[in-house]
This record gives sequence, C-alpha cells and structure tokens, in this order.
Amino acid sequence: MAGLGSGTSPRLAGFVSLSLLVFVAVISASPDNVDGANETLRRPSGDSLEDSHHHPRNSTEHRKAFPVLAFNYEHVSKPFVISLWILLALLMKLGFHLIPRVSHVVPESCLLIFVGLLVGGVIKAMNQTPPVLDTKLFFLYLLPPIILDAGYFLPIRAFTENMGTILVFAVVGTLWNAFFIGGMMFAVCQIEAAQVGHVDLLSCLLFGSIISAVDPVAVLAVFEEIHINELLHILVFGESLLNDAVTVVLYHLFEEFAHEGTVTVGDALLGVVSFFVVSVGGIMVGVIFGILGAFTSRFTSHSRVIEPLFVFLYSYMAYLSAEVFHLSGIMSLIACGVIMRPYVEANISHKSYTTIKYFLKMWSSVSETLIFIFLGVSTVEGPHNWNWIFVIFTLILCLLSRVLGVVGLTFIINKFRIIKLTKKDQFIVAYGGLRGAIAFSLGFLLTDTEKKDMFLTAIITVIFFTVFVQGMTIRPLVELLAVKKKKESKASINEEIHTQFLDHLLTGIEDICGHYGHHHWKDKLNRFNKTYVKKWLIAGDRSTEPQLISFYNKMEMKEAMMLVESGSAAKLPSLASTASLQNAQQRAPPKQRAIPSISKTREQEIRKMLRANLQKTRQRLRSYSRHDLFSDPFEDNMSEIRFRKQRVQMERRVGRHTLIFKMETAVLLSLQSSEHKVYTYDESESPRDGAAPETSPDSVSLLSESSQRPGQSSRMKKRGDAEQGARAPDNQEEQQKLSRCFSDPGPKEEEEGEG
Amino acid sequence: MGSLQSSPSHPDYVDLAEKTGFSLEQISILHKRFKQLSHNEDKLRREHLDQITDLQANPIREQIVEAFFDKRNFYQDIEEPVNEINFENFLEVMSNFRPPSDNLSEEQLVKVRKEKLRFLFNMHDTDKDGTITLEEYRHVVEELLSYYEALENETARGIADAAMLEVASITRGHMEPDEFYEGITFEHFLKLLEGFEIESRMSIRFMNMDTTTL
Repeated sequence: MAGLGSGTSPRLAGFVSLSLLVFVAVISASPDNVDGANETLRRPSGDSLEDSHHHPRNSTEHRKAFPVLAFNYEHVSKPFVISLWILLALLMKLGFHLIPRVSHVVPESCLLIFVGLLVGGVIKAMNQTPPVLDTKLFFLYLLPPIILDAGYFLPIRAFTENMGTILVFAVVGTLWNAFFIGGMMFAVCQIEAAQVGHVDLLSCLLFGSIISAVDPVAVLAVFEEIHINELLHILVFGESLLNDAVTVVLYHLFEEFAHEGTVTVGDALLGVVSFFVVSVGGIMVGVIFGILGAFTSRFTSHSRVIEPLFVFLYSYMAYLSAEVFHLSGIMSLIACGVIMRPYVEANISHKSYTTIKYFLKMWSSVSETLIFIFLGVSTVEGPHNWNWIFVIFTLILCLLSRVLGVVGLTFIINKFRIIKLTKKDQFIVAYGGLRGAIAFSLGFLLTDTEKKDMFLTAIITVIFFTVFVQGMTIRPLVELLAVKKKKESKASINEEIHTQFLDHLLTGIEDICGHYGHHHWKDKLNRFNKTYVKKWLIAGDRSTEPQLISFYNKMEMKEAMMLVESGSAAKLPSLASTASLQNAQQRAPPKQRAIPSISKTREQEIRKMLRANLQKTRQRLRSYSRHDLFSDPFEDNMSEIRFRKQRVQMERRVGRHTLIFKMETAVLLSLQSSEHKVYTYDESESPRDGAAPETSPDSVSLLSESSQRPGQSSRMKKRGDAEQGARAPDNQEEQQKLSRCFSDPGPKEEEEGEG
Repeated sequence: MGSLQSSPSHPDYVDLAEKTGFSLEQISILHKRFKQLSHNEDKLRREHLDQITDLQANPIREQIVEAFFDKRNFYQDIEEPVNEINFENFLEVMSNFRPPSDNLSEEQLVKVRKEKLRFLFNMHDTDKDGTITLEEYRHVVEELLSYYEALENETARGIADAAMLEVASITRGHMEPDEFYEGITFEHFLKLLEGFEIESRMSIRFMNMDTTTL
C-alpha cells in the first residue's frame, strides 16, 4: 500500500484514522450526552410505535410495540470504549509503518506519545475529561504483559554471564542516581529564586527515587529498533528490570517517612533489610510459581489447547502475589518466566509454544501502545505546575548523574570483567537510560497534591526528553559511533558443539586449577538440574534429551525450510533413477549456505501450505471436536524410520551423497508438521546397518514415506521447475514403496514422544 | 628450562612470566597448585590429575588430561610419549586460557585467537595427524552426549556427520561427486569458528584461586 499513490493514500489513511480516533475519543469522553440522546431517541420511537398501533388488544392499557430497532449504548459503553481505544491505537500503529520516512527517523514510542498529545488536546478543547493513565490500570494490566514477554524470552546465557555487571548497575547505579538527584535537588530548592523552599529533603529524595529508575518499557521500545549488539542490549535492559526492587524499596521508604519528616538510622537499616527481602522474596515467589507451572505442564498432554493459559496465569499470579506483599512484582515475573521456560517448552506441543510466543508479543505490543498514548493524553490533562528552575535542573541532574554513575561504575566493573566495556559501550549504556511510564505512575501515586503537581510536571518533562530526544538520536549516534550491531545468528551445529565443548573444557580447567569459578558452579547447577529437577518437571523421556539434539533438530527444520524456499526443489534429483543420485547437485546445499536467512513470511507461507495439505487428509480421519488438536498418528513413526535411515545413510556416504541425503531428509522434515518441536531418539539398537537393502532406492523409499503427506511428495518429484505448490501425488507408486518401507525388519519401538 | 627447585626464586618466575604472559602472582599461585596436585614432586603425571574428584564427572576429561601431555602444546620439543610434565609445561598449557590483555592490536588479537584455536584443534585431533577425521569428531560428539547417558551411538554419529557436512560446505563449497571429505584441517577449523570470539570465551580468571581445595 505504501507503493501505491506515492504516499498520498497512506497519509489519507493516517488522517482518516486519526480523525476517527479523535471522534471516538470525544464520544467516549462524554457518555452523558450520549445517554441523553438515548432517552430522547427512545421516547419518540416508542411513542410513534404506539400511535401506529391501531388495533389495541382487549386489554385497556397501551401495549408497547415490540421495538424492532433500539439504541442502548450504556449497556456496552465500558467495553465498547475500551475496545475502540485499543482498536484505534493499533490502527495508528499500523498507520505509522505506512509512512516509511517518518518511521525510520522517529521511534514508534515518540509517535504514539505525539498522537496521545493530539487526542488529549482535542478532548480538552471540547472541555471533556480525558481518561488518565490510572495507576492501578497501569501496574495491574498494562505492565505485566510487557515484563512477561521480556522475561520469558530473556537470553539466559548473556544475562547470566553479565549478571554481576547488571546487578551493579541496577542496584548501585540506581541508588547513586536517587541520592544524587534527590540531594542536589534539595540544594537547588534552597535557591531563593525558585520559590520552592517548602520542599524538604525527604520529598526531594522521594522525587529522586521516582525519577532515577531506568524504565524497561521505554528501553525495550527504543532499543528494539536499533538492533544493537547483544551485550549492550542485555546490560541496559537487564538493569531496567532489576532496578525495580531498588525503586520499590526506596519509594516506599521515602514515602513512609515523608509524612514522618525524619529518618533515623534504624529506619535506614530497615530499609536495607527491606531491599533484600523485596528482591529475594520477589524472586522466590516467582520461582515457586514457575515450578508450579512447569509441574502442571507435565500433565497437559491430553489437553493441549489450554497449555498456553497455564503459562500466562501462573506468571500473572506470581506478579500479583508479589504485589500483595509489596515485593518486587517485576522480579517475580521475570523469575517465573525464566524458571518455567525450559521445562514448559520440553513438555508442550509446538503449537502451544507458538501460541505463547505470539500472544505474549501481541499483548505486550498492545500494552506498550496504550501506555504511550495514555502518557500523551495524561500530559495534556495535567494538572501542571511548571517551575522553570525545578524542571530544568531536574533534567540536567538526571543526565549528569547517569553519566557519572555509568562511568564511575564501569571503571570499577572493568577490573572484574574479561570483556571490558569500552568508552563507546559506556556511552550507549548511559545514553540508553530512558525514563518512562513507571516513573510517571509512581509520581501519580503521590498523595501530597501541592508538590505532586510540580513533581509530575518535572517527571513528564524528563520522560519526554529522554523518549523524544534520546530516543530519536540514539539511532544515528549508534551509526556514527559504529557500535557493533546484533550479529546475524546462523545456527551452526559446529558452534553449538563447540559451545558445549568449551563449557566442559573450562570447567575442567577450573577444576584442575582448583578455582571455583563461574563455570564450576554453572556445571554443578546443570548436573543438579539434570539429575533431579528435570525428572520431576518434564514429562516422559524428554527429560533425558540433551540440548545438542534438540538444537540439531531445530536446525534441521530450519534448513528444510530454507531448501524448500530457495527453489532447490528445482534442483532435486529425480528419485526414480538412482544413478542420477550420484551426480546429484551437491552444489545446491552449499549454495544454501550462501543464502541469507529465509524471510519469516515465506517460512510461514510454506508452513501454512504444508499444514493445509496435511489437514485435508487428517480431517477425513477424525471427527471434528473443538477441543482436539489434530495429532498425526503417522508422524511419530515417521520420525523414527526417517532418522534411522538417515543415520545409515550418513554412515555410508559421508562427504558425498550425504549432501543429497540431507536435502531429502530436510525436505521430509519440512513435511513434518510443526507439532513436533522436539524429537526423541529411541534407545534400542536395531540392526539397521545391515538391514537396509533398499539402499539404492533408499531415497525413493524415503519419498514414499512422504506419501503420508499427499501434498508434498510432488515437491520431491519436481525437477527443474521452482514451483513450491503442492500437487496431488501419485498414490499407487508410493503405496508400494511405502509397504516396502514398512516391511522392514527390525523392531519398531513404540513412540515415546507426544501423548 | 626443565627442573625448578622446590622453592623457586623470583628470577625463574620472571623468566616464566615473560614466556607465558602470566603475572608473577598468578605464577606463584599456580605453582602452589601444581605442587599440591603432584604431591610436592617436581613432575606431574596423569594419575595426579585423575585424582581430582570434580574432574571425574566431566565428559571430556580424557581429552583435557591428554592436552596436558600433548607435546604439540609445549613450546619446546619433547619426545613422545610424554608421561610427566614439569611446572613450565603446566604453565604453557594453562597460558592458553589467559584472557587477552586489554590493549592488543588487531594482529595480536588474531594471533591469540589462532593460538587458542590451535589448542582446541589439538584436543580434537587425537591421532596427531593434522586433520580431524570423521571418527575423531564423532568421538567428540559422543563424549559430549555421554554426559546425558541416554543415547546410542547412532545419534552421535548423525550429529557429527551433520557437523562435518557443515564444515565441508563452508570450506569446500562445491565438491565433485567423487570427492571425499577427508577431514578438517587447521585452516578449515579456523574458518569454521571465525565468528566464535574464542579469545574471550576461552578464558578463565586466574585470580582468587583457592589452593587449599583439592
């Protein structure tokens, strides 16, 4: 759509949606008028109907005619308004991406705030009261999805490797920020000209603690678009997550004592204790719920449809439970997601995994959009108390303290790091310290109205500055400083092997040195995990499946997709003639390497196609039930046979034909519905090596396996044309081969996979 | 050179420090550890390393222990078979795990990377012929998977084969139908693990070593 009309149609669309948004906002903001309209509308319609009723019944009273069409808005007003707001916010989001120039320069968060400002302005102009970012709404409904999304997909390896650095930044850095800003602001308040002498030290410290915390929502929104390297991303993001504990403690501490007026040493000590309680307690709550969730997922094999719900609900409960005790809800949520994830993913079906992923992304996206728009609206709403000196100094001090904090801490941290943080890294970390809606909501919670307005104004100014100025300029700065971008990760089995090899190697060297370091403890944890925890939390034999295998399988799937996608189907040899196998295009796979990663949309298209064709056969087999997920009875056996064959083949033809073979298996794998994310290998040793007399038509019989997937076998048959559509197979030929394949000697183990 | 006195004086340390790059403090700590492992003898043997309990649970302990007795890892030439090593050799092997110093130039970094990868390569290439054959690679994968104690050989073979294929496709690209991929040479190995950032990953911190634990 962006191509057409050279930008006029997207602009028009944007304008139309904007006006719609405004229109509806106005309507929603003025329920009274509408209700009034309801009444007036209903009465005349009722009357007219009555008048037209010429034949009254035997009863003397007037019977109201049956209203054919009625208008009853207040019945649905609340959900209607909410849905409409969300819908239009998302339309806005959609609209931005249709205007490519703007969306490249300005990060989305800025645009959304801007829209919020506009809407707020319009509503205000009509003298209505716009909806404000209610603190309860924010903390209970809007924030958890974002945090859960971040926590569930947290890159664990990077996070734990940099845990020390992240903790130092989060705890010490935030403390430094809070006290520095609070203290300096108090000094500023003493200046006569500011006329804010009534602000005492504790209030300033409270203000400092609110504004010092880096905000995960803002960081996510901005950093996601600049694709910075993983280390920096995890440093800033991890800091924004972990500083929640500090913020919570400081905020409650200062708020309590802002009323008292003084803080004794005992209170300060209690504060320190409280910090540990809040953070460790939050994590414990998260861990408990995470384990519960993992344990529950062990039994869900018969009700796959509700699996995602368990993940969401347990996590949300973790968050709410932590909030009950004033523990850190964010840390609880993160801990729950991190703990739950490896076990849940081993237990649930692939569809559930996809569902979880997409629902989380969806909710967090909606939440983020709403937060920013509401931020804009709330800004217009006010109430404001603009005090030049206070605001300007706040801004300057925020920047200053951030820079000083990062530089100072890095100096200390670098003594303990293997990979030191360079000046460039420090700059990005300092510059990425964005403030956001959490600060605003915390400010909103303040009870003292006089200072509250002034604080809120300052907070909003800082938020705007960081989001707009820093958010917009960080991308060109990243380019300018040539900061390392995110590596395009290509899954390489060699790298995975070596990653694990290195882990063990370094653990061994540490043991030889007698040095109980990072690797030693990680190894101990892994062993504990393997021997005890996995047995409890993972269903069936999946508990013994090593990471290397699942990685390998995932990689195969991806390669299958790549092969199918890149038209190597065109180069697939005719499988009827084995001779041509020898001359098979080994060029094809190496070329695959050179092809950059397949676009996600194509992958989805292929999957959709595959699934559509698969379901045609399946639907004939089973009766429809809303609660059933189609499971393929053939799938499980197929994987066994195929893998066995693959091994045999690999054994034989390493270096030559394995390349061809790989193509075939890869295509076959692509036929496999994505139901199986994880495959299990059976344990028994069957005399496979000898029992493969069908070697030459081996690949052919492999093809026959695919007859179970009627749509796809045609792909194998294609030669020279790059079609990827599925066609009706040649059934008879395949049935023969299939029977040959199935009549193989050797035991067939029962499937230990799903169900 | 060969033997060190039981209480080495600093000149020896300085010599070693220059050769291996460790600091004097690290060398003295490592020396203490060496003596602890070898029960105060001058030479360390394989049995000494086998006594480390934590190492027994390690799936690749064989290769790790062998790395210490691999003449390719020593600066000087020692005839095979190497059954005992002295402190200098111990240090030489350990120096492969030193983190790169901060202010290295680009070529120096490349050199460090190459050395570490060379060490890894030697670990894989158990028959010392200069290439990692399929069998050797399979052995590696099997050992890694033996950690999980649940699998048969076929699985390991499948993975090793896939890995070899990957190497082949990365390094050789187009192969004639009759060609056979013999094994991974060092150059291929280098190319394979190019993006791996081995200089920072293959490092441990040599501080705070608690030599009282064994």
